[in-house]
Amino acid sequence: MAAVMEKSGGGFRSWLNKRLPVDQFVADQLTGYYAPKNFNIWYFFGSLALLMLVMQIVTGIFVTMHFKPGEPTAWDSVQRMVREVPYMWLIQPMHAVGASFFFGVVYLHMARAFLYGSYKAPRELLWIIGMLIYFALMAEAFMGYVLPYGNMSYWGAQVIINLFGTIPGFGPDLVEWIRGDYGIGDATLTRFFSLHVIALPFIIALLVLLHLVALRQVGSNNPDGIEIKENLGADGKPKDGIPFHPYYTLKDIVGVGLFLTLFAIVLFFAPTFGGLFMEAPNFEPANPSSTPDHIAPVWYFTPYYAILRAVPDQKLGALLMALSVLAFLFLPWLDRAKNKSIRYRGLTSKLLLAMFFIAFCVLMWLGLKPADGIYVLLARIFTSLYFAFFILLPFVSKADGNGPVPDRVTYHAH
Amino acid sequence: MSEHAADDTVPEVDESRRKFLIAATAGTGAVGAVLTAVPFLASWKPSESARAAGLPTEVDLSKIEPGQMATFFWRKQQIYVVKRTPEMLASLSAHDAQLKDPKSEESTQPDYTKNDVRSLKPEVLVLIGTCTHLGCLPKTRFTPGDATVMANWPGGFFCPCHGSKFDLSGRVFEGSPASVNLKVPPYSFESDTKLIIGVDTAPAKGVA
Repeated sequence: MAAVMEKSGGGFRSWLNKRLPVDQFVADQLTGYYAPKNFNIWYFFGSLALLMLVMQIVTGIFVTMHFKPGEPTAWDSVQRMVREVPYMWLIQPMHAVGASFFFGVVYLHMARAFLYGSYKAPRELLWIIGMLIYFALMAEAFMGYVLPYGNMSYWGAQVIINLFGTIPGFGPDLVEWIRGDYGIGDATLTRFFSLHVIALPFIIALLVLLHLVALRQVGSNNPDGIEIKENLGADGKPKDGIPFHPYYTLKDIVGVGLFLTLFAIVLFFAPTFGGLFMEAPNFEPANPSSTPDHIAPVWYFTPYYAILRAVPDQKLGALLMALSVLAFLFLPWLDRAKNKSIRYRGLTSKLLLAMFFIAFCVLMWLGLKPADGIYVLLARIFTSLYFAFFILLPFVSKADGNGPVPDRVTYHAH
Repeated sequence: MSEHAADDTVPEVDESRRKFLIAATAGTGAVGAVLTAVPFLASWKPSESARAAGLPTEVDLSKIEPGQMATFFWRKQQIYVVKRTPEMLASLSAHDAQLKDPKSEESTQPDYTKNDVRSLKPEVLVLIGTCTHLGCLPKTRFTPGDATVMANWPGGFFCPCHGSKFDLSGRVFEGSPASVNLKVPPYSFESDTKLIIGVDTAPAKGVA
């Protein structure tokens, strides 16, 4: 990388680079980072997730300026800020709608890893760090949902915190410790505020940094699941790679433009998204004497919620729910195929993955429905299919994931 | 160690001594870190004011009509107080086979309410109105035969969140996600019409 230092020349730039390796950083991370040239639409969602993180932090900073945590003040301060503070009618919903878009992008980003085997060696740790980001985001989103202290905030928190009470032995004490009181109240709200605005954002930012460092180390996967580093040109660069900057930065800007257009349409014309992004009971203050008739979490938690409700036993239901999330961590070792991408796997693998995607989406829908009659039966069927994916994957992937793959990525010049 | 080694000789290292010092330092540091964590973790426990707000609650039973339920707060939890009618009490013994824990063996209640009717006085039912599944408030469905709850419904409570069903003693029906009966809080009678929630009934004299 000596070349970079020579080019720096004299003047301020040289002065700066001797003290802070700006040019070196750009060369290593952007212009000198070679990514596969066959990225498709699925590869927008990584940079979009980063965009959503920045948006949530920036809008969050401003919401925090007007939010007053605490049982008597939280609800009023949110109502006041959106009605009385200039432009907070825009910034507060950006934060609330942003949470749903963040999860949407993260789910598509994860689906991409399922399709192209991006969690497989050598990217196991990249996948696990990504899953830790997902877990931290779930905690962050849950606590953020509690803070405005609407009635769904209250009862959602009641249900989720009580999940910890199902742990044998110290569960009930743990619940009291989390709440800081015999019920959800002021103490719960102020600690959730602290975690939501300080602890978890720090943790998420650190994990995102590690995710990017790990990505730079192993390099991006691609829709063919072929390692481009195994096919180097005379210059030592991958034949099927192109510099991340300017090629993919420019491509991502197009994605950002399309994404923000969609975001703006939802934000301005359907911010509650028919009750999916913001639920009706949360437009009334928390009421410990009145459970809403129908409790459903926000859409991005509903698959797991449906699994919880499908089981007619408290402890077993909570256990299956925990397993349904933790199962993702083991994916790199459950998938025993030689090939990464679904493109070079057999029909059984394709059907199995399709079954999983369908089960996840149907459970997502079922989690929004009441827990009675046909919905319980359907939840049990699709919970079984959900887990069947993880149980069958080692056998199916071993059997039909070993066909021939091309030497070079499939690429059609535009 | 007092002698000066020549510049080109490597001083001998006492490996076992070095290992011991590293282990002792790391161990002391780890103990210190754990002890330091204690105040931070303990700060999450209920504060003195939260504990003080958990004092007993008084209930005037004369204001509750037979067959009705009134609710009160004790320790931030809803307390259900039901005045059961003779018909309600009579209905309790007919569905033991459909219950998960008919004798309340696995459930939480003070010893003095671990009986057929789960109460001190049969007609006064006192329950913590927190679903033992995940903490929603079960709703009253006292009308027997309410087919919207289930077939042959004897009357009781229905949790809207996840569909748990309880009878008029707070005992959970099979097929509910809740696994144990609704909890009974500690309570006692100060007089025939005055109920104190949060204070245990003293064991009666002469009773083992």
